[in-house]
Amino acid sequence: MTYLAKSPWIIHYDASSCNGCDIEILACLTPMYDVERFGIINTGNPKHADIFVVTGSINEANREVIQNIYNQMSDPKVVVAVGICACSGGVFRECYNVAGGIDKLIPVDVYVPGCAARPESIIDGIVTALGVLEEKRNKHVSSPMVTDHGHTHRHRHAEGGAQ
Amino acid sequence: MINIVWAIVFVLVAPVIGGLVVGIDRKITAHMQGRVGPPILQPFYDVGKLFEKEQTVVNETQIFYAICYIIFMIFTGALFFAGGDLLLVIFALTLAQVFLVMGAFAANSPYSYVGAERELLQIMAYEPMVILAAVGMFVATKSFNVSEIASTTIPVVLLLPGIFLGFLYVLTIKLRKSPFDISTSHHAHQEIVKGVTTEFSGPSLGLIEISHWYETVFLLGFVYLFFGFNPLIGVAAVIIIYLLEILIDNTNARVKWQLVVKSSWLIAAVVSVVNLAALYYLSGGVP
Amino acid sequence: MEGGYLVQTTQLLIFLILFPLIAAFFLLLAKKDFERAWIVKLSALAIGIASVYLLISTYNKGALLMSAIPAEPTGIVMFILGMLIAVFILYLGIVYKKWLVVALILVQSAVMLYFELVFAHSVHVQSNMFMDEFSIIMALIIGIIGSLICVYSLGYMKFFHEHHPEMPDRRPWFFAILFLFLAAMFGLVFSNNLIWVYFFWEVTTLCSFLLIGYTKTEEATNNAFSALWMNLLGGVAFAGAIIYLAMFGNGIMGMTDLLASGKIIALIPAALIGFAGLTKAAQLPFSSWLVGAMVAPTPVSALLHSSTMVKAGVFILVRLAPIFQSTVTGYMIAMIGVLTFLIASGIAISQSNAKRVLAYSTIANLGLIVACAGIGTYEAIWAAILLIVFHAVSKSLLFLSVGTVEHRIKSREVDDMNGLIVRMPKIAAMMVIGIAGMFLAPFGMLISKWAAIRAFIEIPYGFLFVIILAFGSAMTIYFWAKWMGKIISVTSDSKNIEGEVDHSEWAALVSLAGLSFITTLVFPLLSTKLLEPYLMANYGHVAQLSQDNIIIMILMLLLLIILPLSILIPQRKHKHVAPYMGGRTTTHDMRFSGSLGVQKKTVLSNYYLHEYFGEKKLRTAGIWICSAIIGIMFVATALRGVFL
Repeated sequence: MTYLAKSPWIIHYDASSCNGCDIEILACLTPMYDVERFGIINTGNPKHADIFVVTGSINEANREVIQNIYNQMSDPKVVVAVGICACSGGVFRECYNVAGGIDKLIPVDVYVPGCAARPESIIDGIVTALGVLEEKRNKHVSSPMVTDHGHTHRHRHAEGGAQ
Repeated sequence: MINIVWAIVFVLVAPVIGGLVVGIDRKITAHMQGRVGPPILQPFYDVGKLFEKEQTVVNETQIFYAICYIIFMIFTGALFFAGGDLLLVIFALTLAQVFLVMGAFAANSPYSYVGAERELLQIMAYEPMVILAAVGMFVATKSFNVSEIASTTIPVVLLLPGIFLGFLYVLTIKLRKSPFDISTSHHAHQEIVKGVTTEFSGPSLGLIEISHWYETVFLLGFVYLFFGFNPLIGVAAVIIIYLLEILIDNTNARVKWQLVVKSSWLIAAVVSVVNLAALYYLSGGVP
Repeated sequence: MEGGYLVQTTQLLIFLILFPLIAAFFLLLAKKDFERAWIVKLSALAIGIASVYLLISTYNKGALLMSAIPAEPTGIVMFILGMLIAVFILYLGIVYKKWLVVALILVQSAVMLYFELVFAHSVHVQSNMFMDEFSIIMALIIGIIGSLICVYSLGYMKFFHEHHPEMPDRRPWFFAILFLFLAAMFGLVFSNNLIWVYFFWEVTTLCSFLLIGYTKTEEATNNAFSALWMNLLGGVAFAGAIIYLAMFGNGIMGMTDLLASGKIIALIPAALIGFAGLTKAAQLPFSSWLVGAMVAPTPVSALLHSSTMVKAGVFILVRLAPIFQSTVTGYMIAMIGVLTFLIASGIAISQSNAKRVLAYSTIANLGLIVACAGIGTYEAIWAAILLIVFHAVSKSLLFLSVGTVEHRIKSREVDDMNGLIVRMPKIAAMMVIGIAGMFLAPFGMLISKWAAIRAFIEIPYGFLFVIILAFGSAMTIYFWAKWMGKIISVTSDSKNIEGEVDHSEWAALVSLAGLSFITTLVFPLLSTKLLEPYLMANYGHVAQLSQDNIIIMILMLLLLIILPLSILIPQRKHKHVAPYMGGRTTTHDMRFSGSLGVQKKTVLSNYYLHEYFGEKKLRTAGIWICSAIIGIMFVATALRGVFL
């Protein structure tokens, strides 16, 4: 086991979540669940983080931000999509301004469904992510720089809410 | 006068002790908050992890400054434990700190920039007290040499009660503890992200962490100097003071930088004037 | 043999005083650029070599008194020249309606006229010139740094006039005055006769006045006159000291005799001359003239701040230090010095103009030297002389690099120097060396500060000085480090705009950068060979650093030299990512799209903390406090003079 799995630092980004999943993520930090037991720290800085935890789905306002945060993280890194909106777009899937789950934009390694996702499943998801992280390190996987070519001009106005 | 053996011992042992101190600190902090907390060895895992990560940079010069920072931090501590001149030790410490600040400036990033300016404000806040602590020790023991101050039979802390308290006040700044944790925001992410260390990642961040361990050990050594007359009391005092710092850390909200600078200067001025005036007066005007 | 040595050394000293005068005369005649360039370069070389030769030829021989020059005719010539200067100043004062200047010059001339008519024949000085290790150190500073600045000026002034066609090109005049200034400084440091010292003192006042007002703009003229009246005030005090000595001093008029005469006679004239020194060294409350002098072309500032003018002020104070030692007068002077250090360092934090930062830092460091001189113990003097040396090197380097940068980026603002390391790497490196020399271990300024702390602790109730020094030095770190940070922050999009730096500017910069390393390296030698004999002769004690500390310091210096070379080691290129901007995408020049898609540029600016370190607030406080202390100093001196 490498040190990587013993010291996962996360960055948490609220894409367009209703804050339900975010509250649950914060609950993980409280004495009740205490994720620091596993060495997990919420850094708030992509340059220090190993795990990118995203809640909510993609829309035009957060598209750039998600890419930017992802690109600024050092390898090896993994992405955990927390909540059904992050996994697939959830109930907002059909909205005119929503592109869908996080995997429409960046490669997602672990999906944690739920509305909202329970702290237990979030912790479970992050611990699963540790395995992926270690695997990526051993295989020297280098993550792609994510750019927006081809996405920027595909407007979704026509699909849903145009009426 | 200079003892090379102690310097080598410091270089080799300090990171182990420093890392353990930080680990214990995190454990006690967790218990104070009703949590289980990470393993004691967690700081070593963290640094080990950082060296396993890929090094990304905003520009290459950052790495240079991180290396200079750790080299001069080790130099400072080694000089201190070798028994060198206390003022020179303080100047070397300043040099090391300036390299960290330069590393933050070099990235030309808003968050690390604010962190750098605040770090400088911190240096400006604690520097007078640290110099005056050294001066106080000279007045008490007639020597600037750490080796002589550490082995003196004079109860330094009894002669310098005011200066000792003043030093404890700025020690909180140096250990980057709340309420004076204004430049790196060690705990939780805040408005300046991670301040000076925002733009460091992977191995270079690891170097900075190790430098902090060295610095912690050096600072605890400085506290010990006040109790050098009795090693047993000295070690006990160092432990108690560190526990006190943890308590302060966990019971205080962070303050604004204005208050940090103003309060440390006020305290430094008052305690050093009163304490040194008394010492000079007792010895007839001349130390 | 001995006599031959004496004559030879006397000739060398006279050469150092007269040669720059000859150069000045030819420069006044030379109208073509290349003629001027050759005269300046050759004379600078000659002066530099002569001052180094002085060091070598007098090596280990101790102090010398010289009586070879006929005092009577020289005295008359000086008196006439002095009166001509007075008439010239009087004329300018009337033309520009500066009545304070007129009044002061009238008082001063009246005093000197009275002295000449009534006392001159009764005063007899055995040796008019003298030379010891301290004069040699000063001569080296003037001869090497001063002439390097003259060489630098060649390139600078050419550029200056090419880009300011509206200014009258008076370069022959400018260079002539530069060399006249050097001559006056040499005269000052080698004169033993106080009347000679006074004469050279007035010449430096005049030279600085002319140089500050060089551009003839309204601001320059006003600032030149403000420098003039403050220095004339010091001149009046100096003249007062001469009259006092003539009336009550049993005919003492030589510096060495004054030092030997004991505190009872010497204290009052020493206090008066010390006051003159305070004005010339731009201590509070007289600091504003040096800040105002920033309007002059940058080489002038460099000259005034490093090797001439202000150094004349501290030179005279350090000379008189044995008289000040453990007197109330001395402590008051020391208090003015150390408070000036504190207040000027504070003001420097609030300054965004690079030249003003430098000006306040000079005032602060001079304050430290003045404090050491006022305390006057052998350790303090050791620190003071080291400060003079190291400050001269670093400060001239800084001024000259700011001057060169200013011509490229058309600004003197520190904030505009962001990313200088990318835009002008070589000059930025020079500037970083200069800044590091000012406040970081192991460079000389810090060694001297360290020595000052030790000196202050030893005196009765010296902790007050130490505490003020500790606070001042913390502020110094702040304003230097934030400037340095500006220079070294890497703006990856910027282009290199260094271009071809004029070779004379470049030569001066590189020599000075080299000097700041060399002086730090050979400082133990400087201490044992020059400072210790001087202290031994004047104080009977020797101050020095312990062997261990010297080794540690050299170790640190070597580390600092070696570490930057590590950049040359080829290494794996790291992945580059843009700075973190809260997730906002930025371009490489730190532009990002704000709300509604408007492009914005990230601008980073230093903290200036006006609320706490505002110039107006601190300076007003400083002027009042220091004026009061000067008052106390004179009262205490007078009381002592009357009762003892």
